[in-house]
Amino acid sequence: MTAQKQGMNRMAEPLVRFEGVRKAYGAAASGYAVQRLDLDVEKGELLTLLGPSGSGKTTTLMLLAGFEMPSEGRILLGGRDIARLPPHKRGIGVVFQSYALFPHMSVAENVAFSLEVRGVPKPERARRVERALSMVRLETFGERRPAQLSGGQQQRIALARAMVFEPPIVLLDEPLGALDKALREEMQYEIRSLHQRLGLTMMYVTHDQQEALTLSDRIAVFEGGRIRQLAPPRRLYEQPENAFVAGFVGENNRLPGTVRSHPEGEGRDRAIRVMLDGGTEVLARPVDAGAPGSRCVVAVRPERVAVAAILASEMGEDALSARLAEVIFQGDHVRLRLSLGDGAEVVAKRPVGGGMMPEPGTLVSVAWDPAHAHAFAAGG
Amino acid sequence: MSPDPALPRIPARLAGAEPGGAPPPAPPPAPPSAPPPVAARARPAPRPGRILLWTFGLLAILFLLAPVLAVLPLSFSAGSFLHYPLPGLSLRWYADFWNSDFWLPALWNSLRVGAGAALLAGALGTLAAFGLWRGRFRGQAVVMAVLLAPMVVPAIIVAVALLLFFGPLGLTNSFTGLILGHAALGAPFVVVTVLAALQQFDPVQLRAAAACGASPLRAFWRVCLPQIMPGVAAGAVFAFATSLDEVAVALFIAGPAQRTLPRQMFSGLNDSISLTIMAAAMVLVLISGLLLLAVTLLRRAR
Repeated sequence: MTAQKQGMNRMAEPLVRFEGVRKAYGAAASGYAVQRLDLDVEKGELLTLLGPSGSGKTTTLMLLAGFEMPSEGRILLGGRDIARLPPHKRGIGVVFQSYALFPHMSVAENVAFSLEVRGVPKPERARRVERALSMVRLETFGERRPAQLSGGQQQRIALARAMVFEPPIVLLDEPLGALDKALREEMQYEIRSLHQRLGLTMMYVTHDQQEALTLSDRIAVFEGGRIRQLAPPRRLYEQPENAFVAGFVGENNRLPGTVRSHPEGEGRDRAIRVMLDGGTEVLARPVDAGAPGSRCVVAVRPERVAVAAILASEMGEDALSARLAEVIFQGDHVRLRLSLGDGAEVVAKRPVGGGMMPEPGTLVSVAWDPAHAHAFAAGG
Repeated sequence: MSPDPALPRIPARLAGAEPGGAPPPAPPPAPPSAPPPVAARARPAPRPGRILLWTFGLLAILFLLAPVLAVLPLSFSAGSFLHYPLPGLSLRWYADFWNSDFWLPALWNSLRVGAGAALLAGALGTLAAFGLWRGRFRGQAVVMAVLLAPMVVPAIIVAVALLLFFGPLGLTNSFTGLILGHAALGAPFVVVTVLAALQQFDPVQLRAAAACGASPLRAFWRVCLPQIMPGVAAGAVFAFATSLDEVAVALFIAGPAQRTLPRQMFSGLNDSISLTIMAAAMVLVLISGLLLLAVTLLRRAR
């Protein structure tokens, strides 16, 4: 996993390592906010912690920042255990969702604060502040007060403040949560480009899967205080390792059924047969589905669902017949709502202008490549 | 109060509803939920509720100010007796005040003790408020109650307690003792105003400061304190004002060298009724007025 990043590093040693970290709030009986976390952050990567609220992702970030102390385990930064070090001695940059700029200081004073604390002489301070402000394209804003800036500008200042003292890692806690959608997307590219230009190591917390997919080198999906999958965005999206990840990252059609066969084939062709509750048998890639006879869920991305205006019987053995219930125009694509015979529903996505569109109400057939259908154990 | 604003609106609503029947189809001139100011502006004559409010307000102010207003002009009297009509106007009592070694040292003592008490109360009260705001610990309510106790405990009790406590320590008949006593009386005001100021302060800023490498002390000094300064200052001004008109503790603790202005007025009344005491009173009122102005300006600065 570390092979491609070894070059600039002394060793293959990760920059940050969580080792068996647990965090309990209050009485341990009420459960762990983070349970047995083992996680490495490589130098130069942007690692996103993604998950619903209460999944432990923010707690993990706060443990690294030092605002929470782990109940158990070690947190190594550059090989040194910092788990018991107070936050101001860790030298880690943090960007907060609420920006938390100091309102009584000018923008330049805000950015200079960490340098002032470190006793950097004034001329150098000014030079570094200027450089940091130009990195976030706000070099002319130094004299203003934070209150005179827009939300996006304030967050860029917060970013400059977190980077200016050249910390080994910058932590970002839902930094774009308070911004509107257009601004959020713009800031995502900005953060990504800063990360790439400066080779900054970043740990990023978000509950927005789109944001995670856009930004990250790797994504750790959290649920209930554990990591359910840790993978690059593409892998996470296309090969989810469990039903939770499949459901949380991106959209999925979930079709319940029963496993009918042991896996056959090798590699990409490995597949099992699943009898859907509607009565059709389909092929799917087994992820953690159980033995024949056990319940499972087949998950298929809407963009992988092919719809043809011919009868299923003419299309092939794995095709399902469906009635086109609704066509919803969504700007850059069209969503087709298809009802299967038994009341189950499948959503398909089609690019706009992607050929002739059947009328709602017509009978169509629905099919997909078994490599893109994932069979998970039911209830996962 | 609450039925009053409703009274004048009922006819308006009925008038609006009459042509259309029970539920008015169009927005009526004064919908049932219309805020009172709309109704007030719509009517040429002020509403009875408003008149009542003003009357009571003015009466209350009069009640509070009348004794002061009645007595203060006596300080400008050309005569020597505490009665009206004034035989003539003069500043002789002010001149007397300014040249007396009975009053003037007392004024300086008052200002010195007040300043010392305000500084001490400001520093301690701010720290106490910050700790109460920041920490979550057992007995927090008790600590709060103890800190605020001097506001409600009768001054004479505090004075007796301080006398018994300070006596063995050699703090009676000393500025230190008097300043300590007055600081204890003034600190609750600081705690209250600083707690109010902290409500406006975003605690995440302290985390941000820590992430920038600032120690907790530095984060407090550079990030928190500048932002709650108006609250600290307002509290200190209140503490100063408390010290300025405090007489019970001064009677018990202060020796002849530490006599404050109120203390001196107290004995001045017993010894000889000279109208200089009115001049002294005027000086106190003037200082209090300035302090009040200072607090108002501090509030506005925020």
